[in-house]
Amino acid sequence: MNLDQMLPAVIVLSSLLPGIFIFLVKEESHLLRGVLNMTGAIVKLLLVGVMIWGVFHGHVYETRLTLAPGLTLVLHADALAVLFATLSSVLWLVTTIYAIGYLEHSPNRSRFFGFFSLCVSATVGVALAGNLLTFVIFYEILTLATYPLVAHRGTPDATRGAKIYLAYTMGGGALLLVGAVWLQALSGPADFVQGGFLSGLQPDVWWQLIAIFFLLLAGLGVKAALFPLHGWLPQSMVAPAPVSALLHAVAVVKAGAFGIVRVVYDVYGVGFADALGLLTPLGILAAITILYGSGMALTQDGLKKRLAYSTVSQVSYIALGASILGPVATIGGVVHLVHQGIMKITLFFCAGNYAETLGVHKVSEMDGVGRRMPWTTLAFSVGALGMIGIPPIAGFVSKWYLAMGAVEADAYWVLLILALSSLLNAGYFLPILYRAWFRPPPKRWPEEHIPAGRFETMGALLWPPLITAAFCLAAGLFAAAPFSPLEWATLIARREYGP
Amino acid sequence: MLDSLALAVSVPLIGALLVTAVPGRAQGLGLLAALATLATVGLVTAEVWQQGSLRSDLGGWGAPLGISLVADGLSAALLAMAALVALAVSVYATGYFRRGETDTHFWPLWLLLWAALNGLLLAADLFNLYVMLELLGLTAAALGALTGTKAAVEASLRYLLVGLLGSLAYLLGVALLYTAYGTLDMALLGAAVRPEPIAASALVLMTAGLALKAALFPMHFWLPPAHANAPAPVSAALSALVVKAAFYLMLRLWLDVFAPLVTPWAAGLMGLLGAMAVVWGSWRALRAERLKLMAAYSTVAQIGYLCLFLPVLTALPTGDARDDLLVALLLMALTHGFAKAGLFLAAGLVQRSAGHDRIDDLGGTAQHMPATTFSIALAGIALIGLPPSGSFIGKWILMRSAIESGQWWWILPILIGTLLAAAYIFRVLSRAFNLEPTPRRFVTQARTEVPALLLALTAVAVLGLAARPLWRLLGFEGGL
Repeated sequence: MNLDQMLPAVIVLSSLLPGIFIFLVKEESHLLRGVLNMTGAIVKLLLVGVMIWGVFHGHVYETRLTLAPGLTLVLHADALAVLFATLSSVLWLVTTIYAIGYLEHSPNRSRFFGFFSLCVSATVGVALAGNLLTFVIFYEILTLATYPLVAHRGTPDATRGAKIYLAYTMGGGALLLVGAVWLQALSGPADFVQGGFLSGLQPDVWWQLIAIFFLLLAGLGVKAALFPLHGWLPQSMVAPAPVSALLHAVAVVKAGAFGIVRVVYDVYGVGFADALGLLTPLGILAAITILYGSGMALTQDGLKKRLAYSTVSQVSYIALGASILGPVATIGGVVHLVHQGIMKITLFFCAGNYAETLGVHKVSEMDGVGRRMPWTTLAFSVGALGMIGIPPIAGFVSKWYLAMGAVEADAYWVLLILALSSLLNAGYFLPILYRAWFRPPPKRWPEEHIPAGRFETMGALLWPPLITAAFCLAAGLFAAAPFSPLEWATLIARREYGP
Repeated sequence: MLDSLALAVSVPLIGALLVTAVPGRAQGLGLLAALATLATVGLVTAEVWQQGSLRSDLGGWGAPLGISLVADGLSAALLAMAALVALAVSVYATGYFRRGETDTHFWPLWLLLWAALNGLLLAADLFNLYVMLELLGLTAAALGALTGTKAAVEASLRYLLVGLLGSLAYLLGVALLYTAYGTLDMALLGAAVRPEPIAASALVLMTAGLALKAALFPMHFWLPPAHANAPAPVSAALSALVVKAAFYLMLRLWLDVFAPLVTPWAAGLMGLLGAMAVVWGSWRALRAERLKLMAAYSTVAQIGYLCLFLPVLTALPTGDARDDLLVALLLMALTHGFAKAGLFLAAGLVQRSAGHDRIDDLGGTAQHMPATTFSIALAGIALIGLPPSGSFIGKWILMRSAIESGQWWWILPILIGTLLAAAYIFRVLSRAFNLEPTPRRFVTQARTEVPALLLALTAVAVLGLAARPLWRLLGFEGGL
């Protein structure tokens, strides 16, 4: 077995092994745990860097392990896999720093960071999965690894949130499993391949393919929080802020959205999916979710809840992009996978900072928070404006490509959805910014935990949102630079639609 | 002459005699016997791996006169699983039982049970099988009553009576077969049996008796109290091994001896009973108030899964697809063996630490014992059938074969059982998250916690990711 065959497995193991050791680390050993965490994160990032370079130059990285005849675990790095793997390993590093600062002095850290590492391993496994079986395996492991993180605080609320989370994801997982098994019974074992592998099947099994698509969609839609399967997401807001950040931006929600992209492009093939009439229902579902999520976000006073509903809405842009036939829409959907991730993680970091530093949990308590915490609020503003779609921030690029793709495919109704949604985004984000920057601060903050010192809060809490906010700006400003998310999404679309 | 098959039965038997003779050193001698038995079983497995199957005629008297022992891939795999589980249980028992009280009774019975189990897995004729089955039932019932509480004695007495009824029904079937065909050797019978009323009656009688012993729904009523009230190492052995032995025998009869008799209708009935066992057992496990009772009901459900394989197996023609399914069945059985033993051992530790095992009142106990909670979680993953456990692969192949053979409806009980299992496992695991102070270290008592953890880990990581050698062991395509 040579290096190219080992790399994908090593990338998964680079966080799995530290994770297992972290469980065994004694609670008091902060330093050892920190070193394990950071080593895993940095090694993974370096390895993913190697992979980006290789995939760009047409290298093939593939690990295969036969579990049973016809059941093969395949980790394969194609352009789409690398996009998601990069996103998760970069954001994992940032979130680890944030989490170390955030959880200082709180109990059960070995358990927390152990599962945190398992969660990222599972996410990278989902990213690199080369067939549906492997995808299902890591998708389920992701559920198992995130449950303890949601329940981590151990309050009755946390246990309840975790229970709801589990009920949704287990139910979804069961449907996904049936869909995947049924598909294998029809098509035999097959790897993901650009353009899909089903178009050769006889027309008399097409009805089965349609049924399977909806089974898979139901299973993936739970994690992607597609309406009406989104109920768990606002409930799981009880988790600590780094977990929410990770769940919303990288791991769980994104695994669902990524799965939808995989199924449309690399199982069915977007052309064949269109021929089966599957894209229209997917598009309608995505559109409903976009509007519903934004509408619900308007009514929330809890900052994290408002962000949660905003996630429900924003993640469906990815599904919307997948539901429109044509390379430009594909670029818009795929690039939003990254853009939504960096913007949403910024917003959640900031929400965590407000809560940890000042005890501010609600939008109505945010008056004048910009004067007390200008840098955090600046980062929050970048994320929020990006979500609305203001140039030159990343979110604008996604919306622009989605709109262009819709025009190209004559799907003008999508423009209406995008316009309405942007209006709603502005409706729930601008009042926050107005309060934060222009209203006078109250005499006393709800619960000031961290007094203003050299920085407005702890350094480990402040740098991560500033870094990710910088990513949001860079992804928009330098969208045309080589290796930018947009350029990479263009590469993916080019490979999908062929020369 | 040294014969690995004979050794696999006689070594634990000698061990049982030794610990009876020197009760003061029961623990050390018992462990030694366990290690020696594992070694002989390893020898059997290695020989089967190389030669495909083994047969030995004790004293040089061949069938149909003498006693013969046989081993093939199926029995070797179960034998190896039983040996590993039994070794873990033995190590655990040295830390679990306080010296001097119950452990003088435990070791002789336990090694005798192991000898009976090995004998049952290796016996070549139906009458020796009966003897081993009876011995297994007697030792199991005695072990179950070891705590001496009223509930345990009551449950074990019922277990004993049910077991006797089961073996009686089986023996009646054996008598019918002997009258009709004049032999009891399984291989000879397999060639002689014709689809006629007397053979059919024998099959029905023997299946009913074994179903009673394997606790197949609706004949499972005796199992939950018996398994839940036994001491933890005994519960582990009863649930993981003893029940499985009866099922193994049933499988042998259905697939080898009575193959020409098995109609799709009969196999479908077994599947239906299996489906009901899955749903009912899982449901009762969810409603169980006590951890060990939950684990016991989960066994009822898991036996149901194994029966679900029968209708699909009989529907598939001989070939790769059927071979894969048979290995999947074996994989499910092995995974359950490891996982359920790990779960019961861990539950015993929880019970000991908290003083009870009522799930709703566990409070911070689970949080204080990270290694034990992990064992429960890993065993739970295997019982639910989530990846990367062996039962995930087993269920995947079962569902795929069900679709391919046009019997997609068997997917429904699998799904319901999976979701219910997730519910009952996470009902326990959610107790591990609360506001109790943080535990200092991962493992507190290595001698009891590590065996449980290793068993559960084997069910998840080893059988899930490295199950391929099983194909080779059974001599099928697609192995290593």
